[in-house]
Amino acid sequence: MTMHTLSVLVENKPGVLARVSGLFSRRGFNIDSLAVGETENPDVSRITIVVNAESSPLEQVTKQLNKLVNVLKIVELDPQVSVARELLLVKVRADRSARSQVLETVNLFRARVVDVAPDTLTIEATGTPDKLDALLRDLEAFGIKEMVQSGLVAIGRGSRSITAGPALRAA
Amino acid sequence: MTKPTPETLAHTARRARAAADVDQAAPRTATPAVPAVRSAAATQVSGAGSLVRSLEALDVDVVFGIPGGAILPAYDPLYDSTVRHILVRHEQGAGHAATGYAQATGKVGVCIATSGPGATNLVTPIADAYMDSVAMVAITGQVARPSIGTDAFQEADIQGITLPITKHNFLVQNAEEIPRVLAEAFHLASSGRPGPVLVDIPKDVLQASTTFSWPPTLDLPGYRPTLHPHGKQIREAARLMAAARRPVLYVGGGVLKAGATDGLRRLAELTGIPVVTTLMALGAFPDSHQQHLGMPGMHGTVAAVYGLQKADLIVALGARFDDRVTGKLDSFAPDAAVVHADIDPAEIGKNRHVDVPIVGDAKHVIDELIAAVTAERSAGRTADLGDWWTQLNDLRNRYPLGYDEPVDGTLSPQYVIKRLGEIVGPDAIFVAGVGQHQMWASQFISYEKPYTWLNSGGLGTMGYAVPAAMGAKVGKPDTVVWAVDGDGCFQMTNQELATCALEGIPVKIAVINNGNLGMVRQWQTLFYNERYSNTELGTHKHRIPDFVKLAEALGCVGLRCETAADVDKTIAAAMEINDAPVVIDFVVGKDAMVWPMVAAGTSNDEIMFARGVRPAFDEDDI
Repeated sequence: MTMHTLSVLVENKPGVLARVSGLFSRRGFNIDSLAVGETENPDVSRITIVVNAESSPLEQVTKQLNKLVNVLKIVELDPQVSVARELLLVKVRADRSARSQVLETVNLFRARVVDVAPDTLTIEATGTPDKLDALLRDLEAFGIKEMVQSGLVAIGRGSRSITAGPALRAA
Repeated sequence: MTKPTPETLAHTARRARAAADVDQAAPRTATPAVPAVRSAAATQVSGAGSLVRSLEALDVDVVFGIPGGAILPAYDPLYDSTVRHILVRHEQGAGHAATGYAQATGKVGVCIATSGPGATNLVTPIADAYMDSVAMVAITGQVARPSIGTDAFQEADIQGITLPITKHNFLVQNAEEIPRVLAEAFHLASSGRPGPVLVDIPKDVLQASTTFSWPPTLDLPGYRPTLHPHGKQIREAARLMAAARRPVLYVGGGVLKAGATDGLRRLAELTGIPVVTTLMALGAFPDSHQQHLGMPGMHGTVAAVYGLQKADLIVALGARFDDRVTGKLDSFAPDAAVVHADIDPAEIGKNRHVDVPIVGDAKHVIDELIAAVTAERSAGRTADLGDWWTQLNDLRNRYPLGYDEPVDGTLSPQYVIKRLGEIVGPDAIFVAGVGQHQMWASQFISYEKPYTWLNSGGLGTMGYAVPAAMGAKVGKPDTVVWAVDGDGCFQMTNQELATCALEGIPVKIAVINNGNLGMVRQWQTLFYNERYSNTELGTHKHRIPDFVKLAEALGCVGLRCETAADVDKTIAAAMEINDAPVVIDFVVGKDAMVWPMVAAGTSNDEIMFARGVRPAFDEDDI
């Protein structure tokens, strides 16, 4: 099984996310990560889905997705030629004795402190899933009190745009 | 069937507005899927009025439904409309009637129900239409917008419930959207791979004041069905067809949906390739045609099952390699290269690896295949199919469809169905329920013409026959419509006979009454040591219900036939009655079984010709 990153351009209409996510579960796929947001065209939303699947069942689910009337376009992003990022917010135990060590880790990973309390620091980091995993491994030693992660968002490298083209003249 | 682009409607509208002009620039998309677009200037109406006006503009002549609270506003303008409303007795009946109407006429079938239980009662026929790709539009009332999400009286999230079983569905948010949504629903239902579309309309939207104008502009940027196949793939398919020594044309319901039966016959006769037609495709190729091997699959003919199994090339046209056809998938047709043509790209390669994928409408595919095959032939490339036909004819001769007379002297169900087909003839429409009687009706009635066989293939919905026959008869009032039903199926939906009696829909019902859930009983006989758990219905032992009395109570003529000697005259008597629905209670033996049979989950190689009888196939033979 391999991780695949799909960029799904959909009409920005109520219920579309349910149609897309429902299709995955109905066809027996587990979504590893999902992120939705508007694009430069407010009538078009972009859903980034990370799914762990063999390529032949993935092709079937992609074809089924393409049949959804509100789906405009599906592109699988090749990790070699795309940029992928996740956002992480993590609340770490950091009393006076540990604080400087925590801050050292924060700097090392080019993360940022976004909230300070007497015994915790809340850290914001963006990066590839690998980088965030590494950061979390480092922070675990201090004690993670709470964390939240966004779904992966990804975009192809170079000047080409997947949102260009007649399919998206849309609405 | 022509499949226009979403822009066609708007285009036709422009033409309608400038009716006097001959628009030379008209794209050659031919007839729009949304028929008879009449333009109408903006007028002030209610949402309900807009709905009914839209149905009229879409040339809907009949809808099947039941009113209720949330949909009630729609029934007021419907009262004065040219659209005929047929008041059914259960929403499931409305849904199957819409399907029967659509399957018989090629038009979109429409059903209407209220919110909550009305809508949920449509779920089975919607799922049925989805599995069999039937063009259906279901219109449901919904609670008023402010009440949505509050667990209001008769509230059900029918849009959410039907997500997996509709081609698309809509929850209308504003009355202004109604004409556009209706036009989109009809276009989606009838174009590309047809399927059911649900339109859910809140009560306050139906009551709101709005303007109606026609035609609307469709807004479906993500919907672009591929109709024309890729020329390179067609040429590759033709090359394989010209070279194959053991080819088979595997024909599915898509050929009927595309109106491609004439082309299919030309292609078959041009190439001399054997044809099998699936349960959904019966009638697409004449049963009596020399090249027809019959139906493949679990209860298919030995020749059709082995034809596919031993083929070196399968050309699938609008078929989907369903498990009932392939048997155990990994042992299906191991030596066959596969050309798979379907309008739905997701079907291609879904179950079976494909060598030549062709996405397109079956009519275009077949027409272009004929041209490409003709080119192959004029270049002198043809294969001799003589040996193949010798083998297949030998199988046909040795293992024809047949049955044994019951040893207990009871009436043979197969005989009844065979005689029905012979006496009624190939112009009638036959509609089956699901079970043994359905399989016998597929085997022992000869289907010579398209759209004369309707049944629930994919979902296997017991109770389909009576309401679907009603819908077919409404759509084809001058055609004789027979439902071949089982006593189990019949008890699920026979209340629609009251509808038929009152609305002047003289369908004819042959109840093949063996007193049991026959197909389940057959499996209990074969696989559960004859332990008949909960399959006896009491229609024999206790004559509950008495189908003759039941028929009479429902305003029909009830007849009964219990002996072979009476079969012909009872059918003839039913054929004489044209002013009322007729029910014949054929009391038949309970032990008859459907053969041949490929048991579920086994390989097609394991086909049984009869109980304990495997066809003798020398490996050298095949």
